[in-house]
Amino acid sequence: MSRLQSCFDALHDRNEAALVVFVTAGDPFPGETWKVIKTIADAGADIIELGIPFSDPLADGPVIQASSMRALEAGVTPPSVLDDVRAARDAGVEVPIVLMGSWNPVMQFGMAEFAAAAASAGADATILTDLSPDEAEEWKVASTAEGLDTIFLIAPTSTQVRMDMVRPLAGGFIYCVSRTGITGMHDNVSNGIADLVENIRTNIPGVPVCVGFGISQPEHVRAVAQVADGAVVGSRIVQQLHETKSLDVLAETVASLKAATKR
Amino acid sequence: MSSLIQGTSFTSEPDARGHFGPFGGRFVPETLVPALDELARRYEEARTDPEFLAEFDRHLQEYVGRPTPLTFAENLTNELGGAKIYLKREDLCHTGAHKINNTIGQILLARKMGKPRIIAETGAGQHGVATATVCAKFGYQCCVYMGAEDVKRQRLNVFRMQLLGAEVRPVESGTKTLKDATNEALRDWVTNVADTHYIIGSVVGPHPYPAMVRDFQSVIGRETRAQMIERTGRLPDVVLACVGGGSNAMGMFHPFVSDESVRLIGVEAAGDGIGTERHAATLSLGRPGVLHGSLTYLLQDVHGQIAEAHSVSAGLDYPGVGPEHSSLKDRGRAEYAAVNDEEALDALQWVSRREGILPALETAHAFAELRKLAPTMSPDQTIVVCFSGRGDKDVEAVAERLGGFQL
Repeated sequence: MSRLQSCFDALHDRNEAALVVFVTAGDPFPGETWKVIKTIADAGADIIELGIPFSDPLADGPVIQASSMRALEAGVTPPSVLDDVRAARDAGVEVPIVLMGSWNPVMQFGMAEFAAAAASAGADATILTDLSPDEAEEWKVASTAEGLDTIFLIAPTSTQVRMDMVRPLAGGFIYCVSRTGITGMHDNVSNGIADLVENIRTNIPGVPVCVGFGISQPEHVRAVAQVADGAVVGSRIVQQLHETKSLDVLAETVASLKAATKR
Repeated sequence: MSSLIQGTSFTSEPDARGHFGPFGGRFVPETLVPALDELARRYEEARTDPEFLAEFDRHLQEYVGRPTPLTFAENLTNELGGAKIYLKREDLCHTGAHKINNTIGQILLARKMGKPRIIAETGAGQHGVATATVCAKFGYQCCVYMGAEDVKRQRLNVFRMQLLGAEVRPVESGTKTLKDATNEALRDWVTNVADTHYIIGSVVGPHPYPAMVRDFQSVIGRETRAQMIERTGRLPDVVLACVGGGSNAMGMFHPFVSDESVRLIGVEAAGDGIGTERHAATLSLGRPGVLHGSLTYLLQDVHGQIAEAHSVSAGLDYPGVGPEHSSLKDRGRAEYAAVNDEEALDALQWVSRREGILPALETAHAFAELRKLAPTMSPDQTIVVCFSGRGDKDVEAVAERLGGFQL
């Protein structure tokens, strides 16, 4: 059983939703991202999304764009991101780690080579935001061969046809984009999220659904936890980490978000 | 002469998913895919709808000024002493460049789709002006994204867009140039997709844009082909066009692709020189990767981070290129050369003085290649240069490069 599947099974038994926390590899502590990952895991996060920075991300808002630029300026590369994953595993981190980024860095690394290197570093899955299912067949094969789950996005605009396309490719969980737009903080969770999650569950049965984009406060997490299998928090964590450079503050924030996942 | 899109299937490319060989496709956040599906469907309907085509044709004639003339460049021909040189005069289109052929087509599509808001990206400002122009004419709200660096370099075009009623949003992210303006336009589109149509200005981006923009621009090549046959009794031996994203070149090349006797030559910007780090010669020196939604040749580092492009011409200053050009290159159907800033500046002055026509800096790149090529050919051969735009917009930049005005 994959690490992600065991994670969702255990959460189900405890009647909790997953707290998924996103951070950009190498920002703000290049070479010491494992400490950030360990802090987040120890504070109670269930899944970690580690961002592979890209120069031209289409799905990211200003906070994560700026974070990616800082990481690139600090010399972060796809191989160094995989080193961060390995270091986190060496430090005893056991929660699932999902690599999140854009397709071009993976393509340039080499599809099969990246899948093998990511798996051997200790990553569990990938989310490649601009690799739509239309173009993902080869990547699915390469990932499956290495035991990596392929996580795809479903958006409020996704039609039946799109869900049908994602169904045979989906693994790990479905990343449900809560609103049309880019990553970033919003005041509230968008309306209609319950219907969208329900629609996904009907069309892509058996795969957990986590909701992201615009989730930043414990009350957002609490609302999402009522209807979905997990909530993803990214921009708020990235912004706070950049401003405070404090692992203690990070741990406090993660703990408060995690507390909101109990149903 | 008809300028209809009908009968544009000179090749079977792209396939149903927008692939030109291994290139093209659709690499975008999921939120956009349904909008691209709708656009592809509406475009497929439109290109065979006699009413749509008749309206497109009418605006090209009455508003843009088509067909544009084919000018025999007698002085250039005599000086170079080789092939006879003809100029396809896209500089005489309304707004001064070929860009408006595409914006007319896309605004008519936006109207069919019932989307009231238009966004666009622009580098030098020509596509921004062409978009602001059709938005003014057809009564649309218009927002143009432009890199903050380009806003500084092209103040005149910024004001021109504002006069036309468009909002110009400077983009401060990344390198603050065309690629970042394109990122920001795509992010706007992801957010406002329900009521917004994105008019991409070149044969780049996710399917169906590369094929759709090519088809709207292929009026250039169709007219040229007919005009050359009428004037010289046969097809040209060489067709020459500058390539940034590659829309004027693709529009010119497309109707000639199955005419195997016709050499198709695209000219990229070599900036400071192809031996330096500062250039925009994507096809000559890049390698395949994914940017702005399609797989194509790119300037990038070993880890797949997109590199900054450099050229004296803001319109060629782009680290990607249309995916169909990548396919034409790999199939050996088109050739791609690169000329540097200095050669282009020199060619701009040369054409101005010999023919009395001031070319855009982009267009001047094609003329720099022409100077090398024409003398190697014989007087019974012909070359057509796509005169993609006029150079008025570049006068200030050229003056600066050449050491100021001499009064």
